[in-house]
Amino acid sequence: MEIDPLIFRLSIFILSIFVGYYVVWSVTPSLHTPLMSVTNAISSVIIVGAIIAGLSGDSQSVFNTSSIFGFMAIALAAINIFGGFLVTQRMLAMYKKKKKDK
Amino acid sequence: MISANLSAIFYLVSGVLFILALRGLSSPETSRQGNLFGILGMIIAITVTFLSIGTFSIGFVFVILFIVVGGSIGAFIAYKIPMTAMPELVAGFHSLVGLAAVFVAISAFLNPIAFNLGSPGNIKLGSLIEMSIGAAVGAITFSGSVIAFLKLQGIMSGSPITFKGQHPLNAIILISIIVLIYLLCSTQSSNLFWILLFVSFLIGFLLIIPIGGADMPVVISMLNSYSGWAAAGIGFTLENTALIITGALVGSSGAILSYIMCKGMNRSFFNVILGGFGASDDTSSKSSKEQKPVKSGNADDAAFLMKNASSVIIVPGYGMAVAQAQHALREMVDTLKKNDIKVSYAIHPVAGRMPGHMNVLLAEANVPYDEVFELEEINNDFANADVAFVIGANDVTNPVAKTDPQSPIYGMPVLDVEKCKSVLFVKRSLSPGYAGIDNDLFYKENTLMLFADAKKMTEDITKNL
Repeated sequence: MEIDPLIFRLSIFILSIFVGYYVVWSVTPSLHTPLMSVTNAISSVIIVGAIIAGLSGDSQSVFNTSSIFGFMAIALAAINIFGGFLVTQRMLAMYKKKKKDK
Repeated sequence: MISANLSAIFYLVSGVLFILALRGLSSPETSRQGNLFGILGMIIAITVTFLSIGTFSIGFVFVILFIVVGGSIGAFIAYKIPMTAMPELVAGFHSLVGLAAVFVAISAFLNPIAFNLGSPGNIKLGSLIEMSIGAAVGAITFSGSVIAFLKLQGIMSGSPITFKGQHPLNAIILISIIVLIYLLCSTQSSNLFWILLFVSFLIGFLLIIPIGGADMPVVISMLNSYSGWAAAGIGFTLENTALIITGALVGSSGAILSYIMCKGMNRSFFNVILGGFGASDDTSSKSSKEQKPVKSGNADDAAFLMKNASSVIIVPGYGMAVAQAQHALREMVDTLKKNDIKVSYAIHPVAGRMPGHMNVLLAEANVPYDEVFELEEINNDFANADVAFVIGANDVTNPVAKTDPQSPIYGMPVLDVEKCKSVLFVKRSLSPGYAGIDNDLFYKENTLMLFADAKKMTEDITKNL
């Protein structure tokens, strides 16, 4: 009997939760704010679904109800991707070590 | 057009890059590289999506257009936002992820053919379950984050909003969501889908309004977690590995942060979620304590104490963020260092309005991160320090948490500030902190209260040093 592909996706999902668990515990507490902003940015990879949704119209009519929701989702996710990564970059650039020389 | 197998492999690569992005955050040195991995992962995921659709249509132009429009807005916000507003920004971003998940779910529900999920009214059962869970969690994330944003921004009062029958009502709504998902899957009715979305928006709103301002670190982390689970739900629907991996990462990340924040307050997760902390405070005990003598001083006294100290520990809190005092504080510390005084910073896990809030503000003010310590690292040093400078923190320094089992904050880990030879406490008045309880530290022999705005007081001290 063949295994349902859903089981494979479920396996990836469960294993990723464990990976996430161990990786996040090793994040230093002083970087918890950048952690939140970068998780925000990467969860916006939902844009891949939004792009498929946006392109669901046909060549005659690019816009139908379904694709309009897709386009709106693209814009929202794009705000998050650019905003999230850039603000994380901006924050991380501020973390500096003590200057050794006086 | 690339094959489905090849694109699946690329999605896996991008998922791995996201793991590396989080891994980089284990130290500030590797964090910047980590962020670049994250960006690379995102570029791969988006490019592969375009390639897998293959045939060019006019729709592509609009996709690019919307990415550019959204991206410019995002970039603009990212450069303009002041660091003190980071909690609001993160809450706002969470709401967008939630809403995007809802929109993708709606789109997939209306046009399942485009997603290869069956036809309208006859969507594959598994996909429909995943889709409705993704949509419901996304909707909760959206409305919850909007409330959190409004509370943090001060548009909505930060105090808990409670009413009679709140908990039973929430319980009924949560049960009805499960029932609705069940009915939706058995009937495929689009009306039920809209009702499900509406009810989910409603519960997100109701869940967050009873939670007070200082519990926001837990709320933001929790919503962070939800946004991940919503993404994972959609990932299952779209059979997309990158989305499933990311959703799981973000979901567990938010859950861990919520746990750390709850532990920092010695409260259970449910206690925070049920809300209304400190509302049942005993007023009689408070009024009796107000009779106690308090020593208050001015900037001159504070400067004198610090000048004669050999080590100073600074305890920042939310008040520092409100007063935007971090730059003034660093200038004061620079002057202290010139006088060969050892200065370090002590950060309580729940100081501020989100995890790591204080660290970012200090980093913004050019405070080197190796002078900033977590509670466990520095708590033993208070006994050997000459001066503790408490700026904008309150409940996290209250010795009552260690001495009085009756106190609502009993058992909460606190900074042992009172063990210092002298304590300088910058605060506008003697009013209690968020927990609604009096801080015994105000009345200690070795405490000098500095009644003033945090920024102004810090500047005045610097002048007097």
